[in-house]
Amino acid sequence: MSVIFDRFDVFAGGFWLTLQICVLAATGALILGAVVAVLRISPVPPLRAVGTAYVTVFRNMPLTLVMFFSAFALPALGSNADFLRIPLLDLLFTRLGTDLPYFRFALIALVLYTAAFVCEALRSGVNAVSAGQAEAARSLGMTFTQNLRYVVLPQSWKASVVPLGSVIIAMIKNSALIGFFGVVGDLSQTADQLTSAEGLAFVPVAIGVSIGYLIMTVPLGALLDRIERRQAVAAR
Amino acid sequence: MADEALIVLENVNKWFGPLHVLQDVNLSVARGEVVVVIGPSGSGKSTLCRAINRLEPISSGTITFDGQPLPAEGRALAKLRSEVGMVFQSFNLFAHKSILQNVMLGPLKVRKEKPAAVKERAMSLLDRVGIASQADKFPAQLSGGQQQRVAIARALAMQPKALLFDEPTSALDPEMVGEVLDVMTSLARDGMTMVVVTHEMGFARHAANRVVFMADGQLVEQNTPEEFFANPTSERARDFLSKILTH
Repeated sequence: MSVIFDRFDVFAGGFWLTLQICVLAATGALILGAVVAVLRISPVPPLRAVGTAYVTVFRNMPLTLVMFFSAFALPALGSNADFLRIPLLDLLFTRLGTDLPYFRFALIALVLYTAAFVCEALRSGVNAVSAGQAEAARSLGMTFTQNLRYVVLPQSWKASVVPLGSVIIAMIKNSALIGFFGVVGDLSQTADQLTSAEGLAFVPVAIGVSIGYLIMTVPLGALLDRIERRQAVAAR
Repeated sequence: MADEALIVLENVNKWFGPLHVLQDVNLSVARGEVVVVIGPSGSGKSTLCRAINRLEPISSGTITFDGQPLPAEGRALAKLRSEVGMVFQSFNLFAHKSILQNVMLGPLKVRKEKPAAVKERAMSLLDRVGIASQADKFPAQLSGGQQQRVAIARALAMQPKALLFDEPTSALDPEMVGEVLDVMTSLARDGMTMVVVTHEMGFARHAANRVVFMADGQLVEQNTPEEFFANPTSERARDFLSKILTH
C-alpha cells in the first residue's frame, strides 16, 4: 500500500486532470442537455424531432463508440477541436490549450454522451409539474418561453436535481475511459502507467485510483441525499 | 344582435381518436351575455369550453372571437388568450408564487405593465373576491374556495373581454361552493361575458341569460333558464333534469 504514499504526486496529478475534465464536461453537458430538453418539449414538431433524434442516438450508443467517433472522425474531418481552446479558460484548464487534441476530443465525447441523459433528467422534472400549471400560464397568454421561464422550470427544478446528480456521478465514472483515447495522465491512465510501465502491483494502485474517484463521487452523492431529505420534509 | 356576437362557433367538430366529442356544434355568445352549459358527464361541455381559447384544438369548423378567427399556435394565439380569462376546475394557481404574485404575473409578463399599477389593481381585485388579507400566502395555504376566488382574480387581472369557467365548483367542498358562485354572480351582474360549464343548477337559474344543454357531443337544446327548466323540449334534457332535480 506504500505505493499510494510513495507516488502520491502521480495520483494527485491524475486526480487533478480527471477533476478538470469532469468539471468541464459537466458544465458542457448541463448546457447542451438543457438546450436539447427545450427542443424535446417545444411545441414545434421539427424541433421536437431534432431533440428526440439526439437523445435516441447518444443515449443508446456505447460511450466507447462516441469516444472513437470523436477521436477518429474529427481528425478525419480535419478538425483538432481548436474551438475549445478558449482564451482564459485554457489558463486554468491547461489541457484545453495544448497542441495534442485528445483531451478536447474526449471532452466533446463526454459532453455529447452525457447531455442526452441530462436532457432526460430535466424533462422528467418538467413532466413532474402538473399539466394544469402550464395550461393556466397559456390561458393567461404566456408564450412558450415565458411559460417555461416563469411557471414550469422554477417548479421542475426540485424534481430534476436528484436524477441530474446521478447523471453527473455516472459521468465522473465514465471519464475513466478517456485514458484509452490518447489522454495521458488522468486518474485511470495513472494506474496503467504505474502497473504496466513501472511494474508495480495492480491491487494497491487500483485502490489508490478508487480512492481518487470516491473523493469526487461520495460527497456529491451525500449532497444529493441531503437535498432529497430536505425535499421530503418540505413535501410533508 | 348578430354584430354584437363576441364568440361564434360554427360547425365545430372534435375527435379524440375515434371518439366524436363535439358534433357540428353551433353557438354564438353575445357581448355581456352569460351562457351556462350543462349536461351529463362526457357530453363534451368541457371540451367546448376549452376549444374557445384553443387549449383544445378542434378538428373542423370555425371559432371566431371578437370578429377574428382563432389563430394557430404562436404569438397571435397568445394575444387572444390574454383577452379570454379561464378558470379551471382544479384552480391551477401557480404553486411556487404567492397569491399576489399569481394575480400580478400575467399583467407584468404578458402585458409588460408597470409593477406599481399592476399591484394596485391586483390588490383591489383580491379585495373584491375577499382574499386581500391572504395576499402574501401561498396557494397551498388556502382553502379550495379561496383558491378558486384567487383564480378568478388572476383571470380578471388581464382585463379580459370574456371569461370561461370549466366546472369551477366541481372540486370544492359543498360549503365552499357558495362563496365562489357569489363572486361569479356579481361578475355576471356587472356585464362580464361568461361561458360557464357547471352542474350548479341554482347558478344557471338565477345568473344565466341562456342555458345550453349538451349530450353526447351535441348541442341538444338552448333556451332561457326559466323556459329550459320549466319546459325542456327534448327527451334527453327532460331525462337529465328529472335525474338531478329529484334529489
